[in-house]
Amino acid sequence: MFQVGDRVRTRLMNPAGHTRLPVYLRGRVGRIEYLLGTLPFSDQRAAGVRSAKEAAYTVRFSTRDVWGADGDAHGSVCADLFESYLEASE
Amino acid sequence: MSHVHEASGSAANRVKTLVGALEDAHVLTERELDASIEAFLSRAQPANGGRIVARAWVDPEFRRRLLADGNAAVAELGIDLAHWAPVKLRVVANEPGRHNLIVCTLCSCYPLALLGPSPAWYKSNAYRSRAVRDPRGVLAEFGTQLGDDVEITVWDSTAEVRYLVLPQRPAGTKRATEDALAALVTRNGLIGTALV
Repeated sequence: MFQVGDRVRTRLMNPAGHTRLPVYLRGRVGRIEYLLGTLPFSDQRAAGVRSAKEAAYTVRFSTRDVWGADGDAHGSVCADLFESYLEASE
Repeated sequence: MSHVHEASGSAANRVKTLVGALEDAHVLTERELDASIEAFLSRAQPANGGRIVARAWVDPEFRRRLLADGNAAVAELGIDLAHWAPVKLRVVANEPGRHNLIVCTLCSCYPLALLGPSPAWYKSNAYRSRAVRDPRGVLAEFGTQLGDDVEITVWDSTAEVRYLVLPQRPAGTKRATEDALAALVTRNGLIGTALV
């Protein structure tokens, strides 16, 4: 479980099947913005486990942390990500 | 619903083939399919979004509840999101110096119940890929010029959450009725590609 404000890093992953972790947000550091509770876990549902659920979080990433110096100086991207996409970050 | 992609010609062919296969297998008829699509869309209107925003502009307590729990707040206005799909609604508020923009980079998730069917550009690869990378540039192309100091948050709808932007109330509308305010709210204002 993560809490609002926790720093997290998204996993570098390239699964063969369905995932809702966008490529542009893999291996990036962000902060937990909002706890979404438990949501239907798309990755496993796509693999046939219809009842699969997992904790999910809105995670905020600074635009510069995603796109480097080419990113907007005053912006961020928020995405809704499942717990198994995330690991704690310093 | 949310997986409409470009190359609509080939998508239309695939849908036609799929419907044909389902009919052949006696899973459903085209008539049943039409009826369920009609039921799905019948209560999905952009006017719903306008009503929600207007209420939030005139009622600070409603605004607070809307930002805290979108589903419960819109239910107060008789809008039951479960009619469409069990999604969680989050409303994000524009404020002086802060702007919000909604996108779904993975497919085309959209608060259909509150905005009606999504516009073609929302589903385009161009919007979906550029909104997260250069939101200020995309907004400028929509005719929405934001100052360089305005912070933009882009909400990428990657799970079972749907986003709606609560625009700032326009100046000079102090005496407008709630209905008149609702009429000012545009679809693009609720997506964040325009101001209201």
